Amino acid sequence: MIIQFICRAILLGVPLLYGSVGEIVTEKSGHLNLGIPGIMYVGAISGIIGSFFYEQACGNDIAKMNAFLAVLIPFLCAIVGSVIIGLIYSFLTVTLRANQNVTGLALTTFGIGLGNFFGGSLTKIGGGSETFIALTRTSGFFSAKIPFADKLGWFGDIFLSHDFLTYLAIIIAVIVSLVLNRTRVGLNLRAVGESPATADAAGINVTRYKYFATCIGSAIAGLGGLQYVMAYANGVWTNNAFGDRGWMAIALVIFALWKPSVAIVGSFLFGALCNANNYIQGLGTATQELFKMLPYVVTIIVLVVISMRKRREFQPPAHLGLPYFREER
Amino acid sequence: MTKQPAIELKNITKRFGAQVIANNNVSLTAYHGEILSILGENGSGKTTLMNMISGIYFPDEGQIFINGQEAVIASPKDAFKFKIGMIHQHFKLVDVFSAAENVILGIDEGKYNLKKSAEEIKKISEQYGFDLDPEKKVYSMAVSEKQTVEIIKVLYRGADILILDEPTAVLTPQETAKLFDVLRKMRDDGKCIIIITHKLHEVLSLSDRVSVLRKGEYVGTVNTNETNESELTEMMVGKKVSLNIDRAEPKDPQDRLVISGVDCISRDGVALLDSVSFTARSGEILGIAGIAGSGQRELLEAIAGLQHINSGEILYNDPKSGKTENLRDKTPVQIRELGVRLSFVPEDRLGMGLVGNMDIVDNMMLRSYSKGHSMFLERKSPKDLAMKIISDLEVATPGASTPVRRLSGGNVQKVLVGREISASPTVLMVAYPVRGLDINSSYMIYNLLNEQKEKGVAIIFVGEDLDVLLELCDRIMVIGSGKVTGIVDARSVTKEEIGLLMTKSGEEEKQND
Repeated sequence: MIIQFICRAILLGVPLLYGSVGEIVTEKSGHLNLGIPGIMYVGAISGIIGSFFYEQACGNDIAKMNAFLAVLIPFLCAIVGSVIIGLIYSFLTVTLRANQNVTGLALTTFGIGLGNFFGGSLTKIGGGSETFIALTRTSGFFSAKIPFADKLGWFGDIFLSHDFLTYLAIIIAVIVSLVLNRTRVGLNLRAVGESPATADAAGINVTRYKYFATCIGSAIAGLGGLQYVMAYANGVWTNNAFGDRGWMAIALVIFALWKPSVAIVGSFLFGALCNANNYIQGLGTATQELFKMLPYVVTIIVLVVISMRKRREFQPPAHLGLPYFREER
Repeated sequence: MTKQPAIELKNITKRFGAQVIANNNVSLTAYHGEILSILGENGSGKTTLMNMISGIYFPDEGQIFINGQEAVIASPKDAFKFKIGMIHQHFKLVDVFSAAENVILGIDEGKYNLKKSAEEIKKISEQYGFDLDPEKKVYSMAVSEKQTVEIIKVLYRGADILILDEPTAVLTPQETAKLFDVLRKMRDDGKCIIIITHKLHEVLSLSDRVSVLRKGEYVGTVNTNETNESELTEMMVGKKVSLNIDRAEPKDPQDRLVISGVDCISRDGVALLDSVSFTARSGEILGIAGIAGSGQRELLEAIAGLQHINSGEILYNDPKSGKTENLRDKTPVQIRELGVRLSFVPEDRLGMGLVGNMDIVDNMMLRSYSKGHSMFLERKSPKDLAMKIISDLEVATPGASTPVRRLSGGNVQKVLVGREISASPTVLMVAYPVRGLDINSSYMIYNLLNEQKEKGVAIIFVGEDLDVLLELCDRIMVIGSGKVTGIVDARSVTKEEIGLLMTKSGEEEKQND
């Protein structure tokens, strides 16, 4: 049962990992993208749309489906969908210098609405009487496991039994961490988020970095939505099922102190905390809800601790949330 | 050895908007292997001129030649290309980065290798005699270390022309001496060093030649070894201009505010105010002259209860009760509750004085919101006051409900001064009240101050235009680097004497060392 609990925690944690790594990349450029929950929704529904039409094109016959295309099409759709929202956010906040919080919250509302709208439409096109879309065939390709994993006992279960998007999430987090800390691009990006005027004076194209960081961050976050529907929900889209995972991903950014490597561990911890109520016997419905609070409680504790420690390395990027005007001296 | 010109400016003009001419037809030349000082008062256009060389602004007219070739410098990147490096007065550093990370920031060439860069930084440090740990984070550095990082940043990029904007403003005398040694080494290395300053003794001790700017105009260039302080002062402040401001004799002056031995130390440990003592008398305008940032702001804020002071006393003699109160470490509300009627027109009108998005009536209310006994705000009397100020001071506004930020600078100032005067103060402090105002508005403000003086108010006037100070004030106190360098009678003193006092303080420090 412990092994099952750990696997479940990882499965629940992966969307949060995608969301928070995406948000970290964006925040390092000085933009607080509160549109991440919406972007994850859009990533999920875009993937659903792509695979829905691919399945239809193949006549809903699994024998005709190409495993590679079945994965690639939703994957690219999720990225394109979330990058479009990321572009809208960048245009509004970088070019037009709109308030980042208002823009982000609006895009979250917009993204959730968009997801539910297309979810409803697809249900209608599918012609079924159900209120959900089931793409179990595509999901099967996404959840394909390493063949020999179940022969290795608990080790195989914990480390090798997951879908490929889980491993991709960890790989992306490690790569982002390396890029941020070990490369020139990462140094420039961090400078943009800390002090855009300094970066500008050093000849760095601040606008370009902000656009790229936001869009790449959005793409990463969108994959989190895709992982949720394809691997966690077995290809079943139900409106509003994604819930508040996007907000939890933003809380995870703070918990991880803006470090992708910490976010890996943090996401699994959050996954475990979210799931703990199912593994403790005799909880009433009310107590279960209390358990669901745990990730946020932990985040608040982390916030209190870091503000007491006052270490500059643990602080958010200094220019987070502020627009940059070159003319200002 | 004939020196090669490193940079030549020809007929450079820069305007901000239609009204403000920051630089008018300035031409000057700086050579390799020399230190050139650009000397001028605040607002004389020194920094604007240098910003055009470093690519932050683009000149409206004129040409820049670098090593004999005409150059177009449209961005800081272009400036690097021409091997120009500017060290700004406000450091452009990323706090959470190490020195090495800050130095290599924005460089595209070569492999990203922090260790190798750190070694190069050490090499540069040794060559010129700096003392810097490349691994140290900027937030844990002292001001002088941060400046070192800035200088190494431009040297690392291979700069041949270094521009330093008031580099000694934040340094202790020892650090200044060290910096000057480094700069001399760079000069001997063939680099062209341009240093912006208003401290005469630094000009004389460091530079080879001095170019003087006054109110955006180029005055002239002299060799340092052929000039002296009084000649430079005269070039800097210019001849006295008569303004015909009325000035009445003070009536029955009494000591209203007695300041003694006030010290104020910043968080970085720099002395902002250093045993400042003076007396402000009723019915008298006390002018405060000094280079901007010499402690004027801290002094006024200390009196107003907004700035903590480390030692000293601020005594207020109440004209009604005859009692003496110590205002030190009291909040503005506590000061008001003591019955002290203190009015303050701060330098930052729309930041500290008024709320830009609120209308004139609401801004009046900011001072009276606690009056009245109803649970709702009392709007009638602020409205009457707003209307009175609009008609008395001829504020050009569509109405009393126009947001203040939509008014022009002069009208904003009239609203602010009008409100402060309406509280019938006994002490009125004004900081740069005519900055950015046209001539008519300026005279209106002078007249208002004179009216208050007649009423027996003790007025403290912080100004930058020496001609105004000389004609409006009764006495002038000059401060330099947080110290009082002299209190003089405005009727008999000359402009040059004040100019000398303004630049005096640092010199004395040096002699004391």
